[in-house]
Amino acid sequence: MEDNRKYIIQGLFVVTAVIFLVKLFYLQIIDEGYESAAANNAIEEVVQIPYRGQMYDRNGQLIVYNTPVYDLYITPKKARVADTLRFCNLLGINRHTFDSLSGAARSYSKVKPSLFLRQLSIEDFARIQDSMVDFPGFTFETSSFRTYTSASMANTLGYVAEISPKQLQAQEELGETYYRQGDYIGKSGLEKQYEDILRGERGVKYILKDVKGVVKGSWRNGEKDIAPIAGKAVYTSIDLEIQQYADSLFQHKSGSLVAIEPSTGEILTIVSAPSYDPKLLSGRAYSKNYGRLAMDPLKPLINRALQGFYRPGSTFKLIQALVALQEGVIDPSTYYSHGGAPMKCHNHPVFSGVHGAIQNSCNPYFYFVFRKFLNENNQSTPFKNAAVGLKKWGEYVARFGIGQKLGVDLPYEAKGKLPDVAYYNKVYGGENTWKFSNIYSLSIGEGELLISPIKIANLAATIANRGWYITPHVVRAVGSPKGQPLPEFRTKHEVGVDRRHFDPVVEGMQGAVDRGTVSGRARIPDIVVCGKTGTSQNKRGEDNSIFICFAPRDNPKIAVACIVDNAGFGGRAAAPIATFVIEKYLKRIIAPGRKAYEKEVMEKDYIQNIPKPLPPIVKPRKDSTKTVPVSPKSAAKPLIAEKTGSRPVPSDNQQ
Amino acid sequence: MPPRLDQVTNRIDWTTVLLFSACVFFGWLNVYAAVYNPETHPSIFDFANSSGKQLIWIGTTVLLIIAILVIDYRFYDTFAFFIYGFVLLLLVAVLFIGTDIKGSHSWFKIGAFSLQPAEFAKMGTTLALARYLSSPGVNLLKFKDQLNVGFIVGVPALLILASNETGSTLVFAAFLILLYREGLPGIYPLIVVVAAVLFVLALTVPPLYIFIGIVALGVLIGLNLPRYAQHTRNYLLIGSFGLAMVGVVLATSFVFNNVLQPHQQSRIKVLFNPEADYRGAGWNVIQSKIAIGSGGVFGKGYLQGTQTKFDFVPEQSTDFIFCTVGEEHGFFGSLIVVGLLLGLMMRLVYLAEKQRSRFARVYGYGVASILFFHFMVNLGMTIGLMPVIGIPLPFFSYGGSSLWSFSILLFIFLKLDAHRSQILSRA
Repeated sequence: MEDNRKYIIQGLFVVTAVIFLVKLFYLQIIDEGYESAAANNAIEEVVQIPYRGQMYDRNGQLIVYNTPVYDLYITPKKARVADTLRFCNLLGINRHTFDSLSGAARSYSKVKPSLFLRQLSIEDFARIQDSMVDFPGFTFETSSFRTYTSASMANTLGYVAEISPKQLQAQEELGETYYRQGDYIGKSGLEKQYEDILRGERGVKYILKDVKGVVKGSWRNGEKDIAPIAGKAVYTSIDLEIQQYADSLFQHKSGSLVAIEPSTGEILTIVSAPSYDPKLLSGRAYSKNYGRLAMDPLKPLINRALQGFYRPGSTFKLIQALVALQEGVIDPSTYYSHGGAPMKCHNHPVFSGVHGAIQNSCNPYFYFVFRKFLNENNQSTPFKNAAVGLKKWGEYVARFGIGQKLGVDLPYEAKGKLPDVAYYNKVYGGENTWKFSNIYSLSIGEGELLISPIKIANLAATIANRGWYITPHVVRAVGSPKGQPLPEFRTKHEVGVDRRHFDPVVEGMQGAVDRGTVSGRARIPDIVVCGKTGTSQNKRGEDNSIFICFAPRDNPKIAVACIVDNAGFGGRAAAPIATFVIEKYLKRIIAPGRKAYEKEVMEKDYIQNIPKPLPPIVKPRKDSTKTVPVSPKSAAKPLIAEKTGSRPVPSDNQQ
Repeated sequence: MPPRLDQVTNRIDWTTVLLFSACVFFGWLNVYAAVYNPETHPSIFDFANSSGKQLIWIGTTVLLIIAILVIDYRFYDTFAFFIYGFVLLLLVAVLFIGTDIKGSHSWFKIGAFSLQPAEFAKMGTTLALARYLSSPGVNLLKFKDQLNVGFIVGVPALLILASNETGSTLVFAAFLILLYREGLPGIYPLIVVVAAVLFVLALTVPPLYIFIGIVALGVLIGLNLPRYAQHTRNYLLIGSFGLAMVGVVLATSFVFNNVLQPHQQSRIKVLFNPEADYRGAGWNVIQSKIAIGSGGVFGKGYLQGTQTKFDFVPEQSTDFIFCTVGEEHGFFGSLIVVGLLLGLMMRLVYLAEKQRSRFARVYGYGVASILFFHFMVNLGMTIGLMPVIGIPLPFFSYGGSSLWSFSILLFIFLKLDAHRSQILSRA
């Protein structure tokens, strides 16, 4: 019996060892869960947020850069806060904030890190870093916030803010995964337009942590790490010096100025006033400041250059002249007397030909030109004539970019409005229900026309080029200052008017500046400026002052559109601002003799003219031309007779 | 070289010595890995480090071994009870002048080193048992002798329990294997095994199911008794055995809740559900399994274990040394360690069976039994098959007391074995 026992004992040893080996085989080879558990234990994935691309002006001056900060992330599943009070004191938050932040993170994901507190300065980070060892589940990621070298161009540069739940959802629907909750994304301006270029590519760093959560270095010497790729720099065509100068001219004013280099379509300066200091929407005070800006009745968050709606007023006569010349409705020497026109004219001397009509901005002249355009189409009735004429006219005008998006590289560009046959059919209740006499206010740029300042500037560039334009754009190169603009910003768009027809128009524009509607004080010595004033009629308060110009006359270097809200006659407010910008750009200094006037222009306050409260400005709806009910009755009235709204007010607000 | 040592080197069982050396060397490398700090990057010989200290322990162990081999083999037989008595004295003394280390009042502190007499009690008790069982006329079928044996084992066990060293106390259960080999009725180990199984079952399965199982088992055995065994006495025996089982089950929850200390309760609880107390008692088990499980086939490489380096497993150089092996050397390393220890135990049984003297055979079985118990409990707890009981893995775990005591235990037997031809007859 005892001999058997030695085998039983040996069997016990062997069986135990075999059971252990089977269990070990299962643990080490079959069950792979333990490997990832080990990875979770000791290896932490730290997201590396790259620096956003910087922005430069056309002379290589820095406009936007980054200041490094630290964002605190929480992974709810790993988070252990034993002493909440101490934790809150450390971070300077209260219990309520702590609860709501951790609650929000939990509802997003228990295992993925979500943003807890953002933008701790390097000093704050240094102060709390050591104590955070006691709170597992919290990690820091380096981040940065946008910093600006000047308080300029806020609406063009745009701002960066936390991605909204809506945007996250949209991303999910597209099947993309790049953005996480709490990530920054460009929300407007260039930041939004060039988001993909500016943001760069996030990286990942794997770090080893010991049981206390203390960092012990990189995992596998960092061979699996993915280095973040910094966002590419964006080189704008803005001339920061001119931009700031233009900004200073727009003190105490509401309006917009856009300056374009005609030969390239590059935007040199883009002003939307009143604006705000872009740093207000960068950093931790974002929410507070955003709320305040959004409530401001002067609407500083609207980029008037692209989103403002204005009636072009007399500046539209330039297009009228060009289109009529091309169509052969008139020739350069055509003359009309004032008799029979429903609108009056300013006191001006007798002139001859198209150039004279432009120089003196003669309303009856363009009334007759447009009447001829619409009425002499060999149709049986004036109704049919008007329809055929308006269609033909509309095709010409549309080629100047009126009534459609130009394709500027900034978000939220408004289409504006160019009424067509279908529009009037709808307004008047059917075909052949309207004729020239119903729509003649179009002839002098009033009526249903709505144009944004950038389009007016583009018109100036088109005339400067004598018949073509390159779509205006703010970014001339990406990544390297020597890079090329996008292909769409290299193509010439012909407007379909022969070069020779521009001569009388340009002649008239020079005349307007030298001896016509423009105030003499706005003239620049030594520079031949060609311009055209406009007085855009305004339902609310005083007229808007508009000026369109380019200089020099031959081989133009700059084309400008300037609009000052509620400032009255175009030659008075807008023209001096535009010519000062031209002088500054072409000569870099203002002639000493004009310094006093410059000061006067800067100090002139037109904001006080703006009636309060302002009507709410809403973003233009894409299909506003179709959905806006316009009663035939009001539209049928000669709009010129009454002062109709054209402050930056959407088209649906014109009644 | 002294003549006796010369004699011994010729006759000593070199297979065992080789297995022992491999265990100690591999253990030392793993102690270094377990305490390795990738930032300070200490040398394995750095005496400020556990690996350096362990080297000192290994060196002194070699001296001890030489001493053991030089001493006359008859010394152990002759002085067995004296050694046993001396150990008991130490166990009593430690209760009064001992030092607390990790909640266990069982250490003598001498300078920077600490010694635990409980480790040497195993050796003393084994010697005493061997001496007693080899006395003429002792028969383990006799109740009186069973009682004496129980006394020899029980006294040191209770003294160790008194110093709050539960793990080492449990090791004394290993002597059941030895006693079983020497003729103790099989009913004793059976009762222990059945009680242990019932204890585990009672903690995991509703009692009603266990009762039904016991009754069914009893009926099944009762109905299938061979004709010659079918008399009332046997039926009564089966019945009372069944009742005793029911009693164990009923007593389990009482023992669990009232006798066991809270940390012992939770160690047993987490055996069945480690996640229940993730940061507490379950931590060791979970981290240990993660470390071993992440090793894969060939491991992460020496000093490359992330769990090991960054101290996720507590007590990794001592009780949880096997995690280092598992993580850094994978299943391959585990296989080697299990193979080395199993080989050692099997070799000991083989050698013990060859002994002519009962003293040497009993002693040999004692060594094998103690090694087995440590192997079973220590490895079992690191892979989640046993509750966490703080006893070291022989020859691998860091610690002077355990290395000394296991080496002394082993080499006394090798010394006896080297002289087995000098014993003329089986006692």
